[in-house]
Amino acid sequence: MSNVKVLLNGGQNITFLRPDGYFSFHNIPAGTHLIEVSAIGYFFSPVRVDVSARNPGKVQAALTENRKGLSELVLEPLREEQYYEIREPFSIMSLLKSPMGLMVGFMLAVAFLMPKLVENMDPEEMRRAQEEMRSQGVPSLSSLLPG
Amino acid sequence: RHQQYIGKVKQAVFSSQRAGRKRVVVSTEENVIASLDLRHGEIFWRHLLGADDVIDGIDIGLGKYVITLSSGGSILRSWNLPDGQMVWESSLQGPKHSKLFLLVPTNLKFDKDNVLVVFSNGRLHAISCIDGEVLWKKDFEAESFEVQQVIQPPGSDLIYVVGFAASYQFEMYQINAKNGELLKHESASFSSGFSGEVSLVSTETVVALDSTGSILLTISFQDGKISSQQTPISNLVEDSLGPAVIIPSSVSGIFAIKTDAVAVFIRVMGEGKLEVVEKTTHEIAVSDALSISEDQQAFALIQHASSEIHLTVKLAHDWDGNLLKESVKMDWQRGLVHKVFINNYIRTDRSYGFRVLIVMEDHSLLLLQQGEIVWSREDGLASIIDVTTSELPVERNGVSVAKVEHNLFEWLKGHMLKLKGTLMLASPEDMAAIQSMRLKSSEKSKMTRDHNGFRKLLIVLTRAGKLFALHTGDGRIVWSHLLWSLHKSEACQSPIGLNLYQWQVPHHHAMDENPSVLVVTRCGPSSDTPGVLSFVDTYTGKELSSLSLDHAVVQVIPLPYTDSTEQRLHLLINADKHAHLYPKTSEALSIFKREFLNIYWYSVEDQNGIIKGHALKCKCTGEVADEFCFDTRDLWSVVFPSESEKIVATVTRKLNEVVHTQAKVVADQDVMYKYISRNLLFVATVAPKGSGEIGSVTPEESWLVAYLIDTVTGRILHRVTHHGSQGPVHAVFSENWVVYHYFNLRAHRYEMSVIEIYDQSRADNKDVWKLVLGKHNLTSPTSLFSRPEVITKSQSYFFTHSLKAIAVTSTAKGITSKQLLLGTIGDQVLALDKRFLDPRRTVNPTQAEKEEGIIPLTDSLPIIPQSYVTHALRVEGLRGIITVPAKLESTTLVFAHGVDLFFTQLAPSRTYDSLTEDFSYALLLITIVALVAAIFVTWRLSERKELQEKWR
Repeated sequence: MSNVKVLLNGGQNITFLRPDGYFSFHNIPAGTHLIEVSAIGYFFSPVRVDVSARNPGKVQAALTENRKGLSELVLEPLREEQYYEIREPFSIMSLLKSPMGLMVGFMLAVAFLMPKLVENMDPEEMRRAQEEMRSQGVPSLSSLLPG
Repeated sequence: RHQQYIGKVKQAVFSSQRAGRKRVVVSTEENVIASLDLRHGEIFWRHLLGADDVIDGIDIGLGKYVITLSSGGSILRSWNLPDGQMVWESSLQGPKHSKLFLLVPTNLKFDKDNVLVVFSNGRLHAISCIDGEVLWKKDFEAESFEVQQVIQPPGSDLIYVVGFAASYQFEMYQINAKNGELLKHESASFSSGFSGEVSLVSTETVVALDSTGSILLTISFQDGKISSQQTPISNLVEDSLGPAVIIPSSVSGIFAIKTDAVAVFIRVMGEGKLEVVEKTTHEIAVSDALSISEDQQAFALIQHASSEIHLTVKLAHDWDGNLLKESVKMDWQRGLVHKVFINNYIRTDRSYGFRVLIVMEDHSLLLLQQGEIVWSREDGLASIIDVTTSELPVERNGVSVAKVEHNLFEWLKGHMLKLKGTLMLASPEDMAAIQSMRLKSSEKSKMTRDHNGFRKLLIVLTRAGKLFALHTGDGRIVWSHLLWSLHKSEACQSPIGLNLYQWQVPHHHAMDENPSVLVVTRCGPSSDTPGVLSFVDTYTGKELSSLSLDHAVVQVIPLPYTDSTEQRLHLLINADKHAHLYPKTSEALSIFKREFLNIYWYSVEDQNGIIKGHALKCKCTGEVADEFCFDTRDLWSVVFPSESEKIVATVTRKLNEVVHTQAKVVADQDVMYKYISRNLLFVATVAPKGSGEIGSVTPEESWLVAYLIDTVTGRILHRVTHHGSQGPVHAVFSENWVVYHYFNLRAHRYEMSVIEIYDQSRADNKDVWKLVLGKHNLTSPTSLFSRPEVITKSQSYFFTHSLKAIAVTSTAKGITSKQLLLGTIGDQVLALDKRFLDPRRTVNPTQAEKEEGIIPLTDSLPIIPQSYVTHALRVEGLRGIITVPAKLESTTLVFAHGVDLFFTQLAPSRTYDSLTEDFSYALLLITIVALVAAIFVTWRLSERKELQEKWR
């Protein structure tokens, strides 16, 4: 509370909050003004305030961010602000997702699954493939693929 | 890194609370009100008041409220002493301007409430201390009445208001403090008139000086009757020279006067008789009186001797008896003592002890107690005028073998410990050892250059005329130096520090020289007073030399040429538009002569609304032959019509900015050439009516015009009008774009606009065949008089906050994408990606544009809380943001200064060229170990399998 500032027209006047949350600006001429609130950790929309020249004491206010009119001059933060990025907690998934984890995973897959794949192949198919390879001289990946 | 300051202390009040921590409440010239811990000098709380809300007086009421009077006596506020929460605020009005007085009488009470007596704007108010209600008020409307003192004698219900009327009449009003009723009004006239201040020597006697400053008037108004005595100063001091002034002080029975040479303390005896008690030629400072018992008052007096200051505490009625006499060694870099505040405490043996708070010439604040400096605060850093940076020395490689061996062992031990630490095997003792080692060797705070260029010295010039070097690693002060050229002297009455320039930045062949900076000073407020240059070594802080110039300094132009010792050539323009070359060496002159025709500059006369371009003409034609002085000629001028336009902002590119590529590849494989020129100037003008505050004009009578001007030819390359908009305008120029912030009156929101400028004349060169066949126009002569073919693109967006400052990140090679740094009204610094301010944003970008990184158009700029570079901190009173490139391309160093200082490193496109701080080395190690293990296991497995195959 004690670190909240209320600023009029981009810092022309600065005031502070009372314990009950009220604030006031004195000797403000009639016209259109802008009130901003500076509070660490909260986002306040600036407020457009029209002070009427014809009927003294008449004041109109509207939030400038969403053009919402205010029936009472009560300022509320639009949202809380989190200044620090939340550091991702350590998890086994993030480890696996990291490039190094993927590398390890791929290597394991190649090392253990490939021989299995070869084993499960039909012996005839295998032979045919080997023949093809021999006949072509250069083994090509496309020839191994079915269809 | 964040450092909090308060500024030069104007007034200090000690809290008299017995219980709890001892505090002192201070108000400062930076318009801060703060509560400090008296033991350590730390800040408990503080508030920065508005710029128009200058604090005039502070005091403590009822022991728990801090009362401040501000805004020329029209706002009275009360703050809770323990936590700084505002309790109440009252607005005080009055018929006319006058002197201000804030009295907090301790024994003037209504019921349980204390009463504050405030005299402001020609009106006397009595105000309740608890809720700020005005109990009564009384006007002093007599035309020429000027109040001089408001006195509330303790133990009575009376208030005396004394002052002068029509400059020769002394007036005294006696007022009932309970209800404001006027009890008595007396006046007496003095034919000789009055001058200056009056000094109060008792509750019913004042001392004044006559209009010639040579006769002392002792006026007493006991029981409402005015009686007076005249004493010529020459009767008291034989050799007094020139008119005297009264030093304001409130010690009863004694006052001080000062002439040019001497300061004299005079005691007032009964019946207005005066007696000189001491005469001194030293520089002195006197504190206000402190009542230590019913009828005793003490005050502190500080006198300078060469390298020490002598502190004496005396009783008011007994000059010769000293309560305390101490000498304290004082660093002469702090200059003279400007202010003294005294406070007492009761020692364990029930005698009185005294502590004094002193404010020095360099704005620092020190607490002295028992002949020692208990703590000190470098509050000069709250008012920085200019900042530059300097590299640190290069690490020397000549280390002996023994040292290397020792270092190797240490190094191994350190790394073993660190390894243990990262693998979480370290015992608590090991952890402590790691901590201490980190602090000791602390990479960050070393005094040598680092590979990444993160460690630098920030050289800052403060308003007090002191130069500080701050280490970017930990923010400590490496050296500080009070410039003697900025010291008041006969030739230079009121020196003002203006700017810092990099004078010598050695690299390549001039490595042995230390880098140095140039400090430009002016001897007075007007621009035609002579200037002073001083050159300061940035490694040691020594002032290498200083030059008193015989001409004024209106403009300083660092030229892009250096001599053989890497000293940069500077051109100084004086008030008569003569250009002077520095350094004054023949080598510099020969370099300069070679480039004579290529030097252009411009000047802005914002009063007359004229921007002029200049070039050099010939040598000076004065009587005295000076080969370093040159006549100049005007090349062009742009005159803005004064009835419709007023210059509010001018911005150019930073001189040292690096642009990586001139071409920009757009989505459809097309190339656009950036129009990159060092000579582009952005000028913003507003309607004269709209130059006031927000809300003072209607949208119809206010407009803002933005120009891009070539400063060599004076040609206006682009002009755009924003109807219904007004200032203040904050702008930043970089590469081929300018971003500016202003207020849109129609939408009643702030707006930011971007203008990008592209070179159209080179657009034809895209065809490779043309280049090969030599049909390109790269070699065709470009003339100043042919209109450059440029196109501009611009776009505007809403932005939520008011701005105080704007800057753009700069990196070593200019490859990294840019971020705008916006100093918001809440004293935070927000980083905003330049991609949000791209005039090619559309509502529905095509697939190709999306791939290029164009963000869909929105009407307002997003504020992402995570991109506040200051996080949850405030740079109180933010004034400027400075960015410096590090050697690492991805990183830029950001320094924000105001009353507080803030420094950080930023990586606008993340740190793509180095590992982040939170990179897990343990994970890397584990992965490597796991891979090696896997290799072994698979090797064994395959071997076994091979064996089986063979056996089969």
